[in-house]
Amino acid sequence: MAEAALELRDGRWAPAIAAQRKLRIGRVLLYAVLTLFALYYLAPLYVMIATSLKSAEELREASIFALPHAAQLDTWRHAWSEVCISVSCGGMRPYFVNSLVVVVPAVLISTLIGAINGYALAAWRFPGSNLLFGLLLFSCFIPFQAIILPLAQLLGALGLASTGTGLALTYIVYGLGFTTLFFRNFYVTVPRELVRAATIDGAGFFAIFWHIMLPLSLPTIVVTLIWQFTQIWNDFLFAVTLTNGAGQTATVALGNLVKTSQATKRYDVEMAAAIITGLPTLLVFLLAGKYFVRGLTAGAVKG
Amino acid sequence: MRAALGRHLSALILAPTAAATLVFVYGFIAWTAYMSFTGSRMMPVYELIGFDAYTRLWEMERWNVSIVNLLIFGSLFVGLGLVTGLMLAILLDQRIRAEGLLRTVYLYPMALSFIVTGTVWKWLLNPGIGLERGMHQLGWESFRFGWIVDPDLAIYTIVIAGVWQSSGLVLAIFLAALRGVDQDVVKAAFMDGASTLQIYWGIVLPSIRPAFFSAVIVLTHLAVKSFDLVVAMTNGGPGYATDLPAIFMYSMSFQRNNIAVGSATAMMMLCTVMAIIVPYLYSELRPARSAHG
Repeated sequence: MAEAALELRDGRWAPAIAAQRKLRIGRVLLYAVLTLFALYYLAPLYVMIATSLKSAEELREASIFALPHAAQLDTWRHAWSEVCISVSCGGMRPYFVNSLVVVVPAVLISTLIGAINGYALAAWRFPGSNLLFGLLLFSCFIPFQAIILPLAQLLGALGLASTGTGLALTYIVYGLGFTTLFFRNFYVTVPRELVRAATIDGAGFFAIFWHIMLPLSLPTIVVTLIWQFTQIWNDFLFAVTLTNGAGQTATVALGNLVKTSQATKRYDVEMAAAIITGLPTLLVFLLAGKYFVRGLTAGAVKG
Repeated sequence: MRAALGRHLSALILAPTAAATLVFVYGFIAWTAYMSFTGSRMMPVYELIGFDAYTRLWEMERWNVSIVNLLIFGSLFVGLGLVTGLMLAILLDQRIRAEGLLRTVYLYPMALSFIVTGTVWKWLLNPGIGLERGMHQLGWESFRFGWIVDPDLAIYTIVIAGVWQSSGLVLAIFLAALRGVDQDVVKAAFMDGASTLQIYWGIVLPSIRPAFFSAVIVLTHLAVKSFDLVVAMTNGGPGYATDLPAIFMYSMSFQRNNIAVGSATAMMMLCTVMAIIVPYLYSELRPARSAHG
């Protein structure tokens, strides 16, 4: 009894700690299982990096698990600026640039509109605001297959087919549901007295938003930026459907590179191209993991 | 006076988003639904002809294959993702020394595009060059793993990559839920002499039921929409052995110029997602509404 109390002293119950003296082997087993899973998750990343650094003969002869003899950065350069994708041979670079050019404005604009919308939806009730909330919420879940045919028709009719503008507009429009809800869900937690007090002090709608709400919601801004960046950078369906040729994004180019059947398959180049495509979102995850996870779980549970 | 102004202003601010949503989401869905009742091929035709596209759809062997595949892939993807994520969350919740590092390792696949993931796994699972050859070189000569080129087994390789990618999300959902479990109840049970298993089975798991609900919804919804992972790994092949509805829809609409059947497929997908999402949203929104007035 006294022992149990001792183990609980710092707040949280932890069964493994409680059982530790009885079953030290359980602890060892626990770490073994966790390590095994870590290897399972890391193996593809390791193989991807190792492969991209190996020379052609090394790739032919050595095991996929073997460390590369010497880092062959040549493969990376080849994948970045030389490899042939479909008919053009400029590497991943132009497609990577396409992605950036589309993603950056789409992320910024959808986040900004989402913030204003979220504030309007949370702070001021108007007739139909609940209905609008429901409609937006549902729109976050629809499979894009249900809207992509008319979207392709419309962009074609507007002369925006296969343009960065058309793609960016698409990401903005279909991102608004999420960004609005992220901000709305944060702003409803802000005490209403704060808004009321500022109103009495004579602050207008936009002054309150700009000087009080927006600074308060800095973490939500970060979460939304990361969420939108990851979603849009990783998108494949819209990009492959609405663009072609030189206008395609990095994910589509990678898909084409992998699909292309050349005389000699360069798996090292494919792996380097995959790393190039995955690097921006991976970096965001490593640099701002906390916010990334918050975005993930907020995206999973929206109510 | 100011409140009324605020209400009008907020309605005004939300009007463009509301209009865009009505047109680009609900209007477009209506257009797709309409098209599914026409005989449109390469270009939209606006003459209604009834359920012809749906009849043709269900008569296609390839569609039926994609439905069976979705059932196989979906149930395994959701089931294994749930089990793996929950197990890792419970293990990570035992005061692990390197918890932050392990969490990062388990979660990083979520940051990657399905296309990137598919590219890597396609290569790893390729029997001639990937894992199989690697095992041979390590001395295990009889090792065989050629599922990805076997029409009967290829769909299971998609599950392997899919679970690798998504189990981190489930882990994150469950870990957050576990951290929210009422510690007083757990401590009381512990003091009463309940075993670890009894505590988890009787108290912890029931109290994180909403997290189960969320995880299942998110995974199911991902499964129905699965597209890029399959495109990168098998492109629906060998033959159309790994076809899924999303691939079928893309192929009908943009490669085979059959807008009516493509639309019918999209409607089937939409209805499936709605059947899962609508009850979920309903249950999520009800307490939220009463709480926020």
